[in-house]
Amino acid sequence: MIEKLIFYVFAALLIGSATMVIVSRQSVRAAFFLIVAFCASAVLWMLLSAEFLALLLIFVYVGAVMTLFMFVVMMLNLDQESLQEKFVRYLPFAVLLVALMVGVLVYAMKPGHLGELGLAISPHPSADYSNTKALGLLLYTHYVYAFELAAVILLIAIVAAIGLTHREKSRNKRQRIDAQLAATKADRLQILQLEAEK
Amino acid sequence: MRSLKEIVKSFMLWELLVGLKLTGRYVLSKKITIQYPEETTPISPRFRGLHALRRYPNGEERCIACKLCEAVCPALAITIESAPREDGSRRTTRYDIDLFKCIYCGFCEESCPVDSIVETHWSQYHFEHRGENIMTKPMLLAIGDRYEAEIAKARAEDAPYR
Amino acid sequence: MIDLLIALVWIVLKILLIALPLLGAVAYMTLAERKILAYAHVRIGPNRVGFAGLLQPLADGLKLFFKEIIIPSKANPVVFVLAPIVSFATAAAAWAVIPFDEGWVLANVNAGLLYVLALTSLGVYGILMAGWSSNSKYALFGAMRSAAQVVSYEIAMGFALVGVLMAADSTNLQDIVLRQQGGLWHWYWLPLLPLFVVYWISGVAETNRAPFDMAEGEAEIVAGFHVEYSGMSFAIFFLAEYANMILISALASVLFLGGWLSPFEGIPVLGSLFSFVPGIIWFFAKMAFFLFLYVWLRATLPRYRYDQIMYLGWKVLIPVTIVWIVVTGLLIEWRVAPWFI
Repeated sequence: MIEKLIFYVFAALLIGSATMVIVSRQSVRAAFFLIVAFCASAVLWMLLSAEFLALLLIFVYVGAVMTLFMFVVMMLNLDQESLQEKFVRYLPFAVLLVALMVGVLVYAMKPGHLGELGLAISPHPSADYSNTKALGLLLYTHYVYAFELAAVILLIAIVAAIGLTHREKSRNKRQRIDAQLAATKADRLQILQLEAEK
Repeated sequence: MRSLKEIVKSFMLWELLVGLKLTGRYVLSKKITIQYPEETTPISPRFRGLHALRRYPNGEERCIACKLCEAVCPALAITIESAPREDGSRRTTRYDIDLFKCIYCGFCEESCPVDSIVETHWSQYHFEHRGENIMTKPMLLAIGDRYEAEIAKARAEDAPYR
Repeated sequence: MIDLLIALVWIVLKILLIALPLLGAVAYMTLAERKILAYAHVRIGPNRVGFAGLLQPLADGLKLFFKEIIIPSKANPVVFVLAPIVSFATAAAAWAVIPFDEGWVLANVNAGLLYVLALTSLGVYGILMAGWSSNSKYALFGAMRSAAQVVSYEIAMGFALVGVLMAADSTNLQDIVLRQQGGLWHWYWLPLLPLFVVYWISGVAETNRAPFDMAEGEAEIVAGFHVEYSGMSFAIFFLAEYANMILISALASVLFLGGWLSPFEGIPVLGSLFSFVPGIIWFFAKMAFFLFLYVWLRATLPRYRYDQIMYLGWKVLIPVTIVWIVVTGLLIEWRVAPWFI
């Protein structure tokens, strides 16, 4: 009973905040609602006993990704008018994309499909069942190839991002900490013995 | 070789530990705080605080209205008016010090030929109303009467160095 | 239904049992900090309110409680009010999984370590929200700095914790402590020493404490994210900061110093001599050590510059943790006694 209550409250919260992400005009407000949406979906995962994924969602998405998002969004001074112009201009493309995505989802998640999945997951696994361990075992045995591939792709993305944005001739003055640490009195200080004039 | 030593040293957080040792030593050291209202720091006999006008032991006021202090005062804080008294001696009729102007330099004290205007060691006073910052002659004389013993003691202590 | 109600009341009681002493500890931590800082400055520190200043936190609290809460007219009132609440809620909620002694834990969840990590990473939102909603450039700068800093150090902290959970083969905090049984030399601080140091440094950075207190930076950005706060809303930020400090100290003692375990376990004479001391005392003693270290560091080190903080986080701490995770893996593979048998 209580679980159902929690589910409906947080599902409503999730849908509501997800809607607000799209609807709200202020980008910072949208980001805040996205955080609420992440937290609500984490709670829903928690209800499914997927505590590892739920906490990872909070740790990675809310704790790190959204923090960076907020970092950027807070610094932006967006021109709302010009954004709305583009909103109308790209509308057909967006509608097409959404239609495609909905189509794929409908195709992939047939009612029969969902029913099968729902049966496979028991809502209350035994106490010593560790979600983390099960996930790890699966990732590093059965899906190890895909997992490593994903890791490599991410690494390439990181390297590419740095390579694209990094400018060789930077005007920044860099601090060379190792050189500073290695400096000794002998490098910096010269004691001169000056004869006093008589 | 030296750079290797440096690397090892910085990874051992050597300088951090040295710093912690220093502050740690101070945590354990004897505290030097003076609990002000109950304790005070010793005051030099030369301390220049609130002004006073002194009298001779027989009760005659010292000031002869020579106006040297008024002339020397760099902040123009002293205002003197003078007139002959009934017995014919030259005395001040008005001797005002504006404590807002005064910079407590002590020049008045040094210029005084009869050691009349002095600065006492008293530094804890306040004003609550406009106009209280002007110290008039009776006020200054009253201060002098009240602290004469301490003023005389401070002058005597400082005398060998003057 | 009745059973449920009883369970609920029981949980609320347990929460109070943790939260109220926590608030007391926070209050007296402020006094301890002022005292220790004063001692390091060769001063005495607050000693007027009550015997030796022991009532000072109450006086401070009372003063802040009666002050007006001012909401700036250009601020976003909802987020402005929500920010201190978020700050404190995340700091307090993480205590649910901290084991004080064997079995003395509010929620003995399997993913305890992850839970703590997730909640500490949420703490930055309080600061971000405060900085943004205040509509003040100093507050915004403070929030920016804090966000960048927390994101960078969270990675180092997470990696340090990865080493611990590799060593303990569990993310349950109670299991992690039980794995360290056997006295001082069996605790994880020794085989995981670099991770321990990195964890501690990033813990200090995560709580925005000196020398990483750039989010406040009273010299450059007045007080950072909480410039516009007053009265109780300001006090709650402080409660959150100190609750976070105590949490990081508790975690450090659980993960690296064997939580409630006695350091003399397994030593012939001392072990039996100190066996009467309850575990929770050891736990509090270890926490007190780390809390003292917090203040000691603050008394010793000047504030880092922004780029230096980033340099330290990304170019020193993260590589160190990655190297030591590999070393830990090897130690476990070779079953190095006495930790990984």
